[in-house]
Amino acid sequence: MSKEDVVTIVNDFLIDEFELEEEQLHPKARMKEDLDIESLDFVDIAVIIEKEFGLKVTSEQMVKIKKLEDLYNFILAHSQN
Amino acid sequence: MNRVVITGTGIYATIGKNREEVTDSLYQGKSGIVIDPKRTEYGFRSALTGAVERPNLKGVLPRRERVGLPEQGAYAYMATMEALQNAKIDEDFLARNEVGILYGNDSSAVPVVEATDIIREKKGTIRIGSGSIFQSMNSTVTMNLSVILKLKGINLTVSGACASGSHAIGLGYFLIKQGLQNTIICGGAQEINAFSMGSFDALGAFSVREGEPSKASRPFDRDRDGLVPSGGGATVILESYESAKQRGAPILGEVLGYGFSSNGEHISIPNVDGPARSLEMALRDAHLNPEDIDYLNAHATSTPVGDANEAQAIHKVFRDIKVPVSSTKSMTGHEMWMGGASEIIYSLIMAHNSFIAPNINFENPDEYSEKLNIISETTEHKIDIFLSNSFGFGGTNSSLVVRKL
Repeated sequence: MSKEDVVTIVNDFLIDEFELEEEQLHPKARMKEDLDIESLDFVDIAVIIEKEFGLKVTSEQMVKIKKLEDLYNFILAHSQN
Repeated sequence: MNRVVITGTGIYATIGKNREEVTDSLYQGKSGIVIDPKRTEYGFRSALTGAVERPNLKGVLPRRERVGLPEQGAYAYMATMEALQNAKIDEDFLARNEVGILYGNDSSAVPVVEATDIIREKKGTIRIGSGSIFQSMNSTVTMNLSVILKLKGINLTVSGACASGSHAIGLGYFLIKQGLQNTIICGGAQEINAFSMGSFDALGAFSVREGEPSKASRPFDRDRDGLVPSGGGATVILESYESAKQRGAPILGEVLGYGFSSNGEHISIPNVDGPARSLEMALRDAHLNPEDIDYLNAHATSTPVGDANEAQAIHKVFRDIKVPVSSTKSMTGHEMWMGGASEIIYSLIMAHNSFIAPNINFENPDEYSEKLNIISETTEHKIDIFLSNSFGFGGTNSSLVVRKL
């Protein structure tokens, strides 16, 4: 899967489910401070990661995701494995 | 001791999605009962149910506040927003005062079923998501609304089976009377879906008169064959008289008395003595006699035994006083955890509009209901003081006496 595909799927989900605007979804955007995504929201992001990419994410792994690009990179790295 | 008044009401029901629609339905004697094809498909004994569309709160509430709300939470939200507006309570008032919430709710089946399906199928919990836990707990309504409204007072769910909503108002009345709170959002909510009613259907307690849904719920009628499940949300704002006066709030009524009792007998078969004691206690607490009651909103759900026993309990307390009686469940079906709160609102609507809503489908009395003055057609009638009964599984009973102001 290409990085573009991952970005599209994740961004579509964030726009649709989290009611975020496309302009906000800069790779450097900080999950908490800029996107207002809190710890409970990561539980729902884990759902979409499993559904769309077949990856089981643990909460320990989730804690390390600080910026949107961390999320893209995490998915890419684990999909390629 | 504080006087306890009602300063706002809100309703989201199968007979109307706000006070105005409900007032019209009560006056017209309109039924909210339909057939749910899903229940037929699932092999239910009865597919009869009350029905109302689930409110779409996308764009109304932020996502985090929305994902934890189950359907009855959404009904309760709608009813509560109407009630707060009615009571002229805004965000600023909620921020500056210790406002509490006591809401009746006694199940939340769908999120439990959905999460269980995921666990069984996926052999894991990741796909359940973050909202399920907050949707599935019994206290779902109070935990969600207290966060959405940023409440700072008592925050508690009352689970008393089909008397939950009535007990919630009764307990709120006690707290305010004692001076422990000034304002409490009280009410009751009830989910409407097949899975929550499967186990109840299994008891054979539901009407099977599927050919005529609007005629299926017929409390006190000789030919009744069971209740019809229903639901929605109903909110009553209770406030101390002083607080209401001070802020110039509309005062719709005053809670005069709360009676409660437990039958101490069978888990599902009600008796006569328990409800009679609850009725007597409510009258005693209100310092009133049976002849002071202008209207009695019966619990009567249309079950053969329940209605017969309530008729006997009413007769035992009221004797020859022919208090007008009707069961609005003839129109709404049995709103269960919500019923005790919604029926206070229905009765208050009647009192303010000087009519008694009909006990529709009451065509022939049985040997017990013939001793009561059951109102089967909309009747113009002045109501100053009314009494509302609610009884539930386990033999829990609640009676409230309210005066229109």
